[in-house]
Amino acid sequence: MTDIPARAAPSSASSGSALLTLMKLRTFIALIAVLVFFSIAAPNFLSAANLILMAKHVALNAFLAMGMTFVIITGGIDLSVGSIVGLCGMVAGYLVLNGIDLQIGYTIYFNVVEIALITLAVGILIGAVNGLLITRLNVAPFIATLGVLYVARGLALLSSDGRTFPNLVGKPELGTTGFGFLGAGRLVGLPVSIWILIVVALGAAYLARYTPLGRHIFAVGGNERAARISGVRVNMVKMFVYMFSGFCAAIVGLIISSELMASHPATGESFELNAIAAAVLGGTSMSGGRGTIGGTIVGAFVIGILSDGLVMMGVSSFWQMVIKGLVIIVAVVVDQAQRRLQQRVTLMQMARAG
Amino acid sequence: MTTALDHDVILKLEDVSKVYAGTVAVKQANFAVRKGAVNVLVGENGAGKSTLMKIIAGVEQPTAGRILLDGNEVSFSSSGDAVNRGIGMVFQELNLFGNMTVAENIFATREITNRFRKIDRKAQERRAGEFLDRLEAGIRPDMLVEDLRIGQQQLVEIAKAVSLDARVLIMDEPTSALSAAEVEILFKVIADLKAHGVAIVYISHRLEELIRIGDYITVLRDGRITGQEEVKNVDTQWIVRQMIGSDAKDFAKADGHVPGEEVFRAEDICLPRVTGGLAVDHVSLSLRAGEILGIYGLMGAGRSELFDCIMGRHGHASGKIFIDGKQIRERDTTRRIRRGLALIPEDRQREGLVSILSVASNLTLASLSRFVRLFHIRGDAERQAVRQMVRELSIKVADTAQEVSSLSGGNQQKVVIGKALLTGPKVLLMDEPSRGIDVGAKADVFRTMRKLSRDGLGILFATSDLDEVMALSDRIAVMSNGRLTGMFDRAEASEAAIVAASAFGHGPAPAHLAPEFGEQRR
Repeated sequence: MTDIPARAAPSSASSGSALLTLMKLRTFIALIAVLVFFSIAAPNFLSAANLILMAKHVALNAFLAMGMTFVIITGGIDLSVGSIVGLCGMVAGYLVLNGIDLQIGYTIYFNVVEIALITLAVGILIGAVNGLLITRLNVAPFIATLGVLYVARGLALLSSDGRTFPNLVGKPELGTTGFGFLGAGRLVGLPVSIWILIVVALGAAYLARYTPLGRHIFAVGGNERAARISGVRVNMVKMFVYMFSGFCAAIVGLIISSELMASHPATGESFELNAIAAAVLGGTSMSGGRGTIGGTIVGAFVIGILSDGLVMMGVSSFWQMVIKGLVIIVAVVVDQAQRRLQQRVTLMQMARAG
Repeated sequence: MTTALDHDVILKLEDVSKVYAGTVAVKQANFAVRKGAVNVLVGENGAGKSTLMKIIAGVEQPTAGRILLDGNEVSFSSSGDAVNRGIGMVFQELNLFGNMTVAENIFATREITNRFRKIDRKAQERRAGEFLDRLEAGIRPDMLVEDLRIGQQQLVEIAKAVSLDARVLIMDEPTSALSAAEVEILFKVIADLKAHGVAIVYISHRLEELIRIGDYITVLRDGRITGQEEVKNVDTQWIVRQMIGSDAKDFAKADGHVPGEEVFRAEDICLPRVTGGLAVDHVSLSLRAGEILGIYGLMGAGRSELFDCIMGRHGHASGKIFIDGKQIRERDTTRRIRRGLALIPEDRQREGLVSILSVASNLTLASLSRFVRLFHIRGDAERQAVRQMVRELSIKVADTAQEVSSLSGGNQQKVVIGKALLTGPKVLLMDEPSRGIDVGAKADVFRTMRKLSRDGLGILFATSDLDEVMALSDRIAVMSNGRLTGMFDRAEASEAAIVAASAFGHGPAPAHLAPEFGEQRR
C-alpha cells in the first residue's frame, strides 16, 4: 500500500480538484465570458433596454428548457414542445377572435384569464398524450413525441388553414381585451414574461429539491427498476414530466402570441432543439438522472446571449449556427472530462485512505 | 505430474493492485503463470479473481504494480494489445454477438479477407469448423449464435479463444453452463493445449474439477493472495481453509426468542411463464412475527419470482397474500410497501440502488412520505433518519451526500437494507442478502437479520447457500421448479433432505410422486 500514495502526490490531487471545481462552474464561466466579451465587442450591449430585450428572448427558451430538463432527467426526450407552442398560440388566438361556436346560434367568448387557462390546459393535455403513449403503450419517448410533433403542428395549421390570426386586441363588448399584457406588460419595471419565468423557475427548482415528486424524477432517471421496487409510481412521474413540459410550452405559446398580438401556426418550429441545447449546456445528462433547473436557466442565457450578441455584432446568421453548435459540443466534451476527472480524484482519495 | 522446474514462468504479476470506485478489488497480488500447465485460481465470490484476470487480459489496467511477460515489463492498454502478445481469454459473461454467425463471432476483428479486402466467408467457416470439431459440440459455423443453447455459446467462446493460438489462455469459469459430457471434451482440449506448451489460467468454483486438472493453484481472499501451491500437494480441505481463512463464516447465533403470531401468509401464488408452464407453481407459506424463514433452492427454482409476486411486480400473478390476517388486495408495489412489505432485491446494481444518487437519497427513496409535511420534504427529519440508519447498520460512509456507487459492496447492501427498513415493514423479503459482499459485511448482515427478527419482524430470505440457510433459519422452505418441495423445522432439517428436496423435479420424476402443494413436513 506504500507506493500508491507515493504516486498520488498531494499536489496533483489538489490541482485535480481545483480543475474539477472550475469544470463544475463551467456554465457560469461561459455565461460570464459571453457577457464580458459582448460588452466589449458590441456597443450598447449593456444598456438596460437591451438587457431586458435579451432577457425576454431568453425567457422563451428557458421555459421550454425547464420542461425539457425534467423530461431528460427521467431518461426521456420531448420533441413536441415546439409544435405545442404553435398549437397553443393558435388556440389562444382562435379563442380571442372567434370564441367557441356552440352550433345553436350562440357563441361563447371568454375573458383573457379564461383563455390563458384553457390554453395552458391544452398544453398539459398534449403533454398527457405524450405521457400516455410512453407509459401505457410503451412507445419510445423519441418516437412518441416525434409523432405528436407532427400531429400538433398539423392541427395548428388546420385551425386557420395555414393563415395567421391577426390583431388579437379583442373587443371590449365581449370582454376579450387585454391579451397584450402577457407580452408587453410590465410589473415593477420588469416585463411580465420575466416575472412568470422567475415564478415558474423557483417553483420547478423547489419541486426538484424539496418534494418527493422531485426526488422521484431523479430516481426514475437514475434507475427505473430500482425506483419501481422502492415504490415510486414510475408511470405517474413520467406523466407529470411530460405534462409539465406541455405546460411550459403552452406558456411560451401564450407569450409569443401576446407579444406579436397575432398567432402564426408555424411558430415554435425547431424550438425543441434550442431547449435541449440549453438543458445540455446546463449540465443535464442525456442518459438521465442528472440535471438542475438553475443550470438549465444559465444554459438558456448562454445560448440566448450568444445569439443576440452575435446579431448585434453583425455576424452572419450562418456563422451564428456554426458557433452555437460548437459551444454545445464543447460543453458536452467538458462535461465528460469532468466525469472522468471526478472519478480519478475519488479513486486517488480512496487509494490514499487505503 | 511434472515438477515446477519443468515449467518456465511465462507471465508474472508483481505487486499488482486494482482500485475501483468503492472497493479495492486486488491488493498487491503476486501471481506467476507457468507454461504447459494449468494454473488454477480459486476464491469466493468477489475475492478478485475476475479482476485479476481482466488485468492480465488487458481489459482493465492495474492501479499499481507491474506485469512481466517473458521477463520483460509490459503494459496492455486494451484487450487487443494483450491478444497481440498471445494472451487470450474466455470471459465469464459471454461476449458474443447474438446476431452474427458462429464463424463471424470467432473471427470478429480479425476477419479472413481475400485480395480485394472482402471477407472470405467460406474460408472463415472452414477454419471455424476445424476448431468446433475439436470441441465435438455439433455446432455448425453458419449458425446464428442467438439460436444456440447457453452451453453451446460457451463452447463457441472457448473455440474463439483457442483459435487465437494464444500462449496464455485464461478461462474464467468455462464450465459453469456446460453439461458433464461437454466438460469432458473441454478437459481433453485443455490437455491438448497443455501438451503444446500453452499456459492455461483456469478459474472455477468446482473444487473437484480444480484438483483434477490443475497443476498449480493460487487462492485469493478479499483481493489478497492467501496461498500458492502445487496441486499435487493439496486437497480440498486445504483449498477451503485458504479461501475462507480463519475468520470462517460468522453466522450470528440464534438468541432463542420465540416467534409470535402469524404476520404473513401467501396462498396459492402462481406466476405463468412466458414460454408456458408456471415459474411459481401454487406456492403457499406462512410466516410468524420474529421468525426467519429461509427459502433454499437452486438457480431458477422460482425464489426471486415468488418474491416478485409477493411485492406485486407481476400483474398477471395470481394467489392471495395476507398481512396480520388481513388480505392485501392492492396489486401494485407502492401500496404493498405501505401495507408493510419490503423487498431487498438480489441484484443490487440493477434493482436495489440508484447508483448516481447520494447515500442519503437512496436510503429515504422508499419512505419519503414519512418526512413530508404537505408536499415539502422536511430536511431535518430526513437527515435524522439517515443518520440513525447509518449508525444502526454501521454503514461506513464519510458523508451521506456521497454517491452511493462510491461505497463498497457490503456497505451498498446495507444501504439497500436501510432503505427497506425505513419504510417500517412488518415483513422483510431478502433475496440473496449476502451475495457479492465481503466476509465482514456478511456477518453484519446476518447480525442485522437476527436483530430485526428479535424486534418482531418476519423475515423471508432466499438463498442458494446451504450453510447460510441452515445457520440462519428458524424454518426452511425448499423450492424446485417453481414449487415448494419441502418445509422443515430447523431442528429436524438435515442437509441431505434439503438437497434432495431442492433437486425434486430435475430428474424424470413420476407425476404421482409429486408432493402435496403447500406445507409439507417430514
